[in-house]
Amino acid sequence: MNFEQASVLPMRQVAADWLKEKMAEDDKVIAINADLGSACGTLGLAKAFPDRVFNVGIAEANMAGVAAGLAAYGYKPYIFTFAPFATRRIADQLAISISYAGLKVVIIGTDPGVSAQMNGGTHMGVEDTAIVRAIPGIMVFEPSDCGQYAVALEQIDAYDGPVFIRQLRKITPPVYKPVDGKEFNLLTADLLKEGSDVSLIASGVEIEQAMKAADILAAEGISAEVIGVHTVKPLDKETIIKSVRKTGCAVVCDNHNVIGGLCGAVAETLALNCPTPLEFIGFQDCFGAVGKMSDLMERFEMKDKHIAGAARKVLTRKN
Amino acid sequence: MDEAKIRELNRKCQEIRYLIVDTIGTVGVGHVGGSLSPVEAVVTLYYHIMNNIDPSDPKKAGRDRFVLSKGHAGPVLYAVLADKGYFDKEMLHTMNKPYTKLPSHADMKLTPGVDMTAGSLGQGLSAAVGMAIGSKLADDGAYIYAMVGDGESQEGQIWEAAMFAAHEKLERLIAFTDYNKEQLDGYVNEMSGLAPLADKWRAFGWYVQEIDGHDVAAIDDAVLKAKANKGCPSMIILNTKKGKGYSRAEQTPIGNHSMTFTEEEHQAAIAELKGGLEG
Repeated sequence: MNFEQASVLPMRQVAADWLKEKMAEDDKVIAINADLGSACGTLGLAKAFPDRVFNVGIAEANMAGVAAGLAAYGYKPYIFTFAPFATRRIADQLAISISYAGLKVVIIGTDPGVSAQMNGGTHMGVEDTAIVRAIPGIMVFEPSDCGQYAVALEQIDAYDGPVFIRQLRKITPPVYKPVDGKEFNLLTADLLKEGSDVSLIASGVEIEQAMKAADILAAEGISAEVIGVHTVKPLDKETIIKSVRKTGCAVVCDNHNVIGGLCGAVAETLALNCPTPLEFIGFQDCFGAVGKMSDLMERFEMKDKHIAGAARKVLTRKN
Repeated sequence: MDEAKIRELNRKCQEIRYLIVDTIGTVGVGHVGGSLSPVEAVVTLYYHIMNNIDPSDPKKAGRDRFVLSKGHAGPVLYAVLADKGYFDKEMLHTMNKPYTKLPSHADMKLTPGVDMTAGSLGQGLSAAVGMAIGSKLADDGAYIYAMVGDGESQEGQIWEAAMFAAHEKLERLIAFTDYNKEQLDGYVNEMSGLAPLADKWRAFGWYVQEIDGHDVAAIDDAVLKAKANKGCPSMIILNTKKGKGYSRAEQTPIGNHSMTFTEEEHQAAIAELKGGLEG
């Protein structure tokens, strides 16, 4: 599956279709569900590969452990559930059975943050990135859009180490554009718009909001640079430091608690390398709630206008 | 199993107990009780039952595997692996010392021959289930063995794994429960009791046998029966004594989960265990 084909698919289908292709060419690839295969789009894989698609039922800890055992046996397991159940519920299994044991498992957690919508606060991962980031050795990846995801999955498959993917289910507006002659790099953040006054550093659904915020600010004569971060760990420090050295301030935008996710990662990096005034967009250390995504983004102040407001504020703190 | 083999394995159990006590005595503290209780099972597996294992090729494809789910019993596995030649016996004296390759909880990244990392209880059996699925897919004829603690069986994940292994009909998965009836804070049945343990495993769809866990012939016989049984995984419940074979541990119920050793206690312990070898 290439960039163009994936761009018009729901994100869960990008993962499922990519995996179907991969399973056809590599008999070591395994998919495991925990009774959310229909939600994650992976239920249909069992028809094509009945021997290599498993459903452990509602038992996420066992899913992670079984995947670890398969990885120890030389297989390449991909496990699927909702983001909070892929992380909060099984943090110890991710840490010990998978990462500490040095085993490669790809953990796909869907519906992060506001995208959990009608499932509400119980299912709304606001801490998943923070939990996984704090476990040594696990990559944290959040696709910027569907096209990029398809390209990234090939590199994730080849990456030497466990990877947590926080993934939406639905189709996403395109924000990432491949640049001719420059291949997508899993370890490099994307400079999506150049600017000189303020850096907007965003991930996932917040990238589109940051791009719109840049337009709002442009109308006021403020030049915003937008950086899309698909890999939160290991963070592409170089791109971020280079941007804030130019702009002198930044707003970090993450569909996650402002503690421990992209906001935390950027703050840690800049505190050590290039202290910079920052503002954070995201869940302000609170749980999510039930509702449509657009309403939730309004309630938790994660829209373009909120980002623009944070940018104006951080600009006043610049030297 | 003939008498000569029984004598040979019992002698090996003595040697392994000596190495366990010397390993822990050298560092001065460690999980003595739970390392001594499953000695007969681990010895019978590694010296009589497991196929296709090769100390010079610890990651050999298609080998039988052993998952020490109760990972704190690392010393029993290390003693066996060292004795079999996976690494030098002198390395046992480095356990838990700076930069050791023998942390007291089993670590597959550090120690040649360790098939799975474990230590945070409840997780190893799921990994054994994954390996049994892997073996089934590869059709390599391997058996996957797992050693689960009785206290560990209070973890919910053990029963998630139990349910799924039976559902997948993993007949080449043979697990043991080291039923020594003791855990860190007290007796298992005074905390959150497991009885009737055999009935629980049967109800989860496993073929269950309950035997004297210190009888090497009974262990071999139970594994043969488990291999003959088709269509479901096997659980062999080993009735054991925590601290078995080392008098100070046997005489310190509950207190032997982790014991400290002065140098005098270390010397007395190895003298006692060595005496058993000479007798």
